Amino acid sequence: MEPNQTFNFELVSPEKILASEPAWQVTIPGEEGYFGVRAGHMSLMAAIKPGVVEVIAKEGDAPKKIFIAGGFADVTAANCTILAEQAVNVADLNAATIEQDIANLNDEIKVASDTTQKSILQKKLAMAAAKLDAAKAA
Amino acid sequence: MPSLKDYRNRIVSVKSTRKITSAMKMVAASKLKRSQERAEAAQPYATAMAGMMERVAGNVVITNASPKLLAGTGKDDVHVIVVITSDRGLAGGFNGNLVRTARHEIRTLTAAGKTVKLVTVGRKARDLLKRDHADKIIKSFTNLGGGKFLSFSDVDEVTQYVLSLFEEGAFDVAHIIYNKFVSVLTQKPTMQQIIPFKIEKSAAPLKNEKTQELTSPYTFEPEEEKILSLLLPKNLGVQMFRAMLDSAAGEHAARMTAMDNATRNAGDMIKQLSIKYNRARQAYITKELIEIISGAEAV
Repeated sequence: MEPNQTFNFELVSPEKILASEPAWQVTIPGEEGYFGVRAGHMSLMAAIKPGVVEVIAKEGDAPKKIFIAGGFADVTAANCTILAEQAVNVADLNAATIEQDIANLNDEIKVASDTTQKSILQKKLAMAAAKLDAAKAA
Repeated sequence: MPSLKDYRNRIVSVKSTRKITSAMKMVAASKLKRSQERAEAAQPYATAMAGMMERVAGNVVITNASPKLLAGTGKDDVHVIVVITSDRGLAGGFNGNLVRTARHEIRTLTAAGKTVKLVTVGRKARDLLKRDHADKIIKSFTNLGGGKFLSFSDVDEVTQYVLSLFEEGAFDVAHIIYNKFVSVLTQKPTMQQIIPFKIEKSAAPLKNEKTQELTSPYTFEPEEEKILSLLLPKNLGVQMFRAMLDSAAGEHAARMTAMDNATRNAGDMIKQLSIKYNRARQAYITKELIEIISGAEAV
């Protein structure tokens, strides 16, 4: 295999295809740990936890960082498809606004009466916390 | 007999109605186009998700230990029906037909001795079902997407609600009833079971390229069962999202057709009223002439 071979990277959200481009290496925050994908990777299906996906278009390039709110990766030798419900460029994340969101969610959880509502809010809170980590790391 | 002025007023009012309906038709047409584009844009995700579901499920034997979203609760007593309509009216039989189907299903299930609970999406579903099934409605979602186009997170609100109900063990089986977008002229009220999920054997055969991939063994991380239990709720979300996008496109299509008819009817009405108006005017002139002539004769 040539060292610089690329494969097709796709990032799909329920609303549209967010990215479809050749990539040299993609790092994915798998449910069981980070893993890197390059061309010729074995067929793999993995669950992704909320975190940052790093896409490197060709060797030596700076990685493009995308925060995704969990999803699934479908990897074959020539393709890597990521299904994500939410994806944001890390550069677009703003730590201050996310902190505000977290504060708001905490308030809402305090006043939420029924358990159903509460569990939904708690899920949102966990998501916002992961987003904040990503924003701070960037 | 209506006077000339009455006719004139009516013609003016019908004309302004026609202006409104034809404007609504234009708006619906442009919204329909955009809704269809959105439904198309949502396709790749749904396809990829379906492909994954199939591959994972092919590797898993369904037992009682399988995720409940797939295997069911083992009972069939409490049904939840998610009824999806639009928020606004003036869309012909769009909402009426759907609610009629829903009523029919509710009756069938109740007659079979099941408990039925309703989750309504859209103001029309709530208003129309409130009349005779108010006791069954457990939650109403209205104005999803805030009058703009639906986003996935709007729909997710409904999905999460249904999922948490299921986790609490509040029901055994869930269906959605929505208007399936068949064509611009036809929207078909459709009932689809979403919990427990029925894995459809792919209707369209997977692409050649894909089948080749299938022969190479897949690695799952974490193991199949775990992935399946994570995939199922997401898949539910996708099903819901697709149904609602279909419904949104259908709503605009139905409104466009209804408004087109209304505009045409208004045109016909104006024509008839103009004829009546002219007759009345002629009759009035004739009457005056006769009065003048007979007055002159009498002198």
